Amino acid sequence: MLSDAMAIQTAEATGRPWVETLHEWVTTVDHKRLGILYILFALVFLVIGGIEAVIMRIQLMWPHNNFVSPQFFNRMFTMHGTTMIFFVAMPILFGFANYLVPLMIGARDMAFPRLNAFSFWLTALGGFLLYFSFVGGSGLYGAGNAPDVGWWAYAPLTSRAFSPGHSSDYWTIAVLVSGFGSIGTAINLIATILCMRCPGMTLGRMPLLAWLNLVMSAMVLITITPLSAAQIMLLVDRYLGGHFFDTQAGGSAAIWMHFFWIFGHPEVYILIIPCFAFMSEIIPVFSRKPIFGYPVMVGATVCIGFVSMSVWAHHMFSIGMSSYSNAFFTLTSMVVGVPTGIKIFNWLGTMWGGKLIFRTPMLFCIAFLFQFLIAGLTGIMLAVSPFDWQLTGSYFVVAHFHYVIVGGIIFALFGAFYYWYPKMAGKMLNEPLGKLHFWLFVIGFHLTFDLMHVPGILGMPRRIYTYEPGRGWDTLNLLVTIGTFIQGIAVLVFVANLIYSYFQGPRAGNDPWDAWTLEWSVSSPPPEYNFATIPAVASRRPLWDRKHPEDPDSRYE
Amino acid sequence: MSAITTSITQAPEAWSLPYRGKVAMACLIIAESSIFTIFVVAYLFYVGKSLTGPTPRDVLETPIFYTICLLSSSLTIHFASRFLERGNRAVFLGLWFLTIVLGSLFLFGTGQEWHRLIYEHGLTISTNLFGTTYYSLVGLHATHVTVGLLMLGIVLLFGLAGLVGPEQSARVDVLAMYWHFVDAVWVVVFTVVYVLGR
Repeated sequence: MLSDAMAIQTAEATGRPWVETLHEWVTTVDHKRLGILYILFALVFLVIGGIEAVIMRIQLMWPHNNFVSPQFFNRMFTMHGTTMIFFVAMPILFGFANYLVPLMIGARDMAFPRLNAFSFWLTALGGFLLYFSFVGGSGLYGAGNAPDVGWWAYAPLTSRAFSPGHSSDYWTIAVLVSGFGSIGTAINLIATILCMRCPGMTLGRMPLLAWLNLVMSAMVLITITPLSAAQIMLLVDRYLGGHFFDTQAGGSAAIWMHFFWIFGHPEVYILIIPCFAFMSEIIPVFSRKPIFGYPVMVGATVCIGFVSMSVWAHHMFSIGMSSYSNAFFTLTSMVVGVPTGIKIFNWLGTMWGGKLIFRTPMLFCIAFLFQFLIAGLTGIMLAVSPFDWQLTGSYFVVAHFHYVIVGGIIFALFGAFYYWYPKMAGKMLNEPLGKLHFWLFVIGFHLTFDLMHVPGILGMPRRIYTYEPGRGWDTLNLLVTIGTFIQGIAVLVFVANLIYSYFQGPRAGNDPWDAWTLEWSVSSPPPEYNFATIPAVASRRPLWDRKHPEDPDSRYE
Repeated sequence: MSAITTSITQAPEAWSLPYRGKVAMACLIIAESSIFTIFVVAYLFYVGKSLTGPTPRDVLETPIFYTICLLSSSLTIHFASRFLERGNRAVFLGLWFLTIVLGSLFLFGTGQEWHRLIYEHGLTISTNLFGTTYYSLVGLHATHVTVGLLMLGIVLLFGLAGLVGPEQSARVDVLAMYWHFVDAVWVVVFTVVYVLGR
C-alpha cells in the first residue's frame, strides 16, 4: 500500500514543472524536508567555510607570504569561525535531529511543524545576512566590509571607534537571528520528544539519539540565550550610545568575554552531544550488540549538560581572575572529563565482544573514538590554568579545538551521513568511494591537526597573518597546509559520492543495515506521513522485537 | 512492503503525554529567564560604577501602585481561565478585560517614570552606565508586557466574537503561563532595581 502511494507520488513528481517542486520545498512544513533543507544549507556553508580555511592556510603556507592582505586575513578567520559554528555545525545537527527524532519516536511530524519551518528560514536569513556583509558592510563611512572582529568579537573591537561601518552589525544581527532560529528548533524538539512519543515509548525506551537531542535542546535554551542577550547589549552600545562594554564610561570589556563564553563553551557540548547520539546509534548496529550501559549513557549526558555550564571561564584564564576563580574553573573543566570518559568506555563496551562490521559509517565512528579521546586529553591539559597561561592564544589551542570539531564532530557527521543517507535518499552511498573519502580525510586530518600542535608549543600565536622565517615553524606550516588540501579533496570525494549515489546508487530498501530503531521500519525515503499506523513499542529495540518474536528484548527490560 | 512494517499489535497500556503547548511555553520561559538573568547580572555588576550622575538613589521612585496592578493581574488571569474552563464565558471576558486594563496601567506607569527621568533628570540610555542598564532591563521587561498585552488583546477580540469557549481553555492557559512569567520577572526586576540597586 505504501509503495503504491510512493509510486503515484513519483509519477506525479516527474510530470511537474520545476517551479512547482521548488514552491513545495520552500513552503514545506514536513520535518523530513526541513531536515534535508537544514542539511543542504549547512553543506553549502561547509564548502564556503572550507574555502575560507584554505585561503588562510595558503597565506600561512610559508613565511612572508602575500596571498591575501592582513585585513582580508582577519575577515577570513572571523567568517570561517562564525560560519562553521552557526551556519554549518548547528544547522546540520538540527537537520539530522529534525529528520530523525520524529521517525525514531514513532511520530508523524514535529510538535510544531510551522514553527519548525519558521526556525529554518530564520537560520537561513542569518546566513544570508552574514554574507551580505561583503556587499553591504561598507556603510556610510566606506570603511571595512565583512566583519573582522573574530568569532568571539571581543570588546572593544566591536565599538564604533574600532569597527566603523556596518560589518560588525551584520555579524551581530546574523548571529542574533540564527540564535532565535535555534531556540525555536530547541523548543520544538523538546515538545516533540516529550509529547509526541508513540504508545509504549517511555523515556526509558527512547533511542539514545532522542535522549541526547533532548539534553542538547535543553542546553540550547539556557546557553544560546545569553549570547542573544549580549548581542542585544552590543546593539544598544552601537546604536543607542549605551556603555555596557565601553570601558571609557566605566563599562567592562571582560563582562563581554564572560557573556560570550557562558554561551561559547556549552555551545561545544551542544555540538558534540548530537554527535555522541550518532555514535550511540551507529556503533551498536555495526557491533551487532545493544548499547552497553543505556541508563549510564543518559545519566552521563545529563551530567555533561549540567557541568558544562560552569566551565566557561577556562577560556579566560589569562585575563587575570582571582586564584579562587582559576581553581574553580580548572576543577570543573577537569570534572567534565569524567562523564565524557564514561561515554567512551560505554562505546568500547558496546564494541567489546561484538561482531564488528567495518563499513564506512563504522570506520568514521572508530576514528571518532580515538580522535575525540586525544582532543579531550589536550583539553584536560589546557584546563590546568598555569599550562593555559603558557599556551593560550597559540596554535596549540587552535589545534585542540579543531581536533574536537573536525576530529570529533565532523567525523561523527560523516558517519551519520553514510548511515542515514540510504534512509533519506533511498539509495546506498558508494562503498569504495566512501572508503577513499575516509582514508583521505583521516590522513589529511592528522597531517593538519596533529602537526598544528607543534608550532603552538614552539610559540606561534593564533590569528597572525604571517610570520618570520627560521623559527622552526616553516616546514610544519607547509605540511599543515598540504594536509588541508588533502582534507579538501576528501570532502570533494564525499560530495561526488552524494551526487553519484543519488542517481546511480543501488536501492537501499527499508532496512539496509539490519538495524533496530523505528526509522528503519518505514520505506526509504519515508512517506510524508511517516507511519501508516502509529507503531507501538515494548522495548528499546522495537525492530529487534519484530524480527525476533521468539526472543524479544521486552522480555529482559 | 516487507514483513517488518506490520506493527506489533499488542494493546498498549493507557498512554497519555503532556500537552505540547504547555511544554513549549515552559521551554520558552526557561529561555527567556536566561536572557533576563544576563541583563540582571549586568545591572548588578554595574551598580555604583557609573562615572557620572544621576544615580539610582537620586532619581528612582518605587512604583508601588503599578507593581500592585501588575501582580494582581496574575490573579485576574488565573481566575479568568478557571471560569473559562467551567464554561462561564461572561465572567471570563470580564476578568480577561480587567487583566488587560491592569497590564496597560503598569505600562502607563513605566512610561510615566521614563518621561520623568528623561525630562526632569536628563537620564537617557546613553547618559551613564546606570541609564544603559536601567533602560535595557526595564525596557526588556516592558517589551515583554507589551507582547503579552497584544496576545491578550487578540484573545479578547476572539472572545468578544464568541469564538473562545471551554474547548480553548488549554490554549488560554498557555498564554496565562506567559503572563505569570512576565509578572514573576517583574518581582525580580523590582527587587534588583528598586531595592538592591539603590
